[in-house]
Amino acid sequence: MIQLINVVRSFDGQRVLDGINLTIPRGKITVIIGKSGVGKSVLLKHLVGLLKPDQGQIIIDGVDLTRLTGRALQDFRQKFGVLFQGGALFDSLTVFENVAFPLREKTRLPEAEIIRRTRERLAQVNLTQDMEHKFPDELSGGMKKRVALARALIQEPEILLFDEPVSGLDPPMTNTVFHLIAKTHQQLGYTGVVVSHDIPAVFQVADYVAMLHRGKIIAWGTVPEFQAHPDPVVQGFLQGEVNFLEA
Amino acid sequence: MKNLVCALGRGTLNIVQEAGRMTLFLLEALLQACRPPFRFRRLLQEIHFIGLKSSLIILLTASFTGMVLGLQGYYTLRKYGSEGALGSAVALSLIRELGPVLTALMVSGRAGSAITAEIGIMRITEQLDALDTMAINPLQYVVMPKLLASLISVPLLTAIFDVVGILGGYLIGVVLLGVSSGAYFSGIVQSVVSLDINGGFVKSLVFGLTVILVACYKGYYTGRGAEGVSRATTETVVLSAILVLAWDYVLTSFFM
Repeated sequence: MIQLINVVRSFDGQRVLDGINLTIPRGKITVIIGKSGVGKSVLLKHLVGLLKPDQGQIIIDGVDLTRLTGRALQDFRQKFGVLFQGGALFDSLTVFENVAFPLREKTRLPEAEIIRRTRERLAQVNLTQDMEHKFPDELSGGMKKRVALARALIQEPEILLFDEPVSGLDPPMTNTVFHLIAKTHQQLGYTGVVVSHDIPAVFQVADYVAMLHRGKIIAWGTVPEFQAHPDPVVQGFLQGEVNFLEA
Repeated sequence: MKNLVCALGRGTLNIVQEAGRMTLFLLEALLQACRPPFRFRRLLQEIHFIGLKSSLIILLTASFTGMVLGLQGYYTLRKYGSEGALGSAVALSLIRELGPVLTALMVSGRAGSAITAEIGIMRITEQLDALDTMAINPLQYVVMPKLLASLISVPLLTAIFDVVGILGGYLIGVVLLGVSSGAYFSGIVQSVVSLDINGGFVKSLVFGLTVILVACYKGYYTGRGAEGVSRATTETVVLSAILVLAWDYVLTSFFM
């Protein structure tokens, strides 16, 4: 379980996170929605310790992440896999090398086992062996996301964070990526946190939905609970109202 | 007037803070060299990039520098009837000053700017964050091999620069202008002492580390987007050149 307790973070005097309180249940997928630039990715980076809050605690399996530094933080991160917004694939490595990278760097597995596991993950995200030798700049946006997903899954993390996993993708590819997230979650049972503003498509993978607005979580619940939430800001966002942008 | 003093103070504080941050960055990266895993292959890749791939430009620069020194030296020394000292003049100029300085400036222009762009792009495309989340320290994986490679490559490139420069001076002075070959080389043997070679070696170590440190630091803390990377790359070349020349004065004053 992940607990955020009164998390505050400011950039250049502006409070981006203004007392976030949120519980993310183990083994479920929690989707965090909110308009662009509201601080969803900033929140996600706090969950993996890439950013430190000015105040507050982030408790993961009983450990306060905000107190970890150096080696301890590095070791703790082995629990995580992250799918970054742009994929964050290493552009000097091929698809295969990208996916195999965490195994080659962090384990002492024999090469045959690394090849087996990497091919298994690539197949899991519907990538064939003829894609293995391509470089990231030869891939479409959807393929990059799938390779990044395979890399994030390769060490079977307990917690998987998705930063805008379908941004820039067309509707069929959006559905494909969400389908892959749902499929891999069912197979591996990780705790998932998905940051997205892609509604209603993102609801197909959500067990719980939280909405970030003006630095606070203003609504949280299961998908039906969230859709029936009385807050006009939530309803405005769900219905894509134009004046929500100015809210 | 008050504003001017305030601006001057702010500028000075910024420089001191930047120098402090860069020093901490260097220490943290070098500390990673003592911690496993030791990625020997990464070190070899960086030696290949910083050292081997810079060798052609070093050969060209060194040969033309040596030839200019031979030409200028010959006509200056001839006024005093001392053409025989040409070898000594060329060798000492190269070993003490021009070899280390020009090698560092060439490495900065070729490898330093590329390193800043590479690390800067890794930063803005979240590749460095990705390393962090895989529990791989980006300083250990990306920066430290480049710093170690600079300590190995730049002194070797400097040695090549010195030798090729001396041969360039030989080509002009001896082959074209008729200075005695024996006088050219005996002048070098008699005038160059170990202090000159040690001084040049220390300079090349310091300059190489400085150039690659600036390149890594500027890339690691690059600004946003393509403009940020472009600015960082320019700053790398300018700051490296200034620091190399400043270090050169400081180190020369120690070795004189």
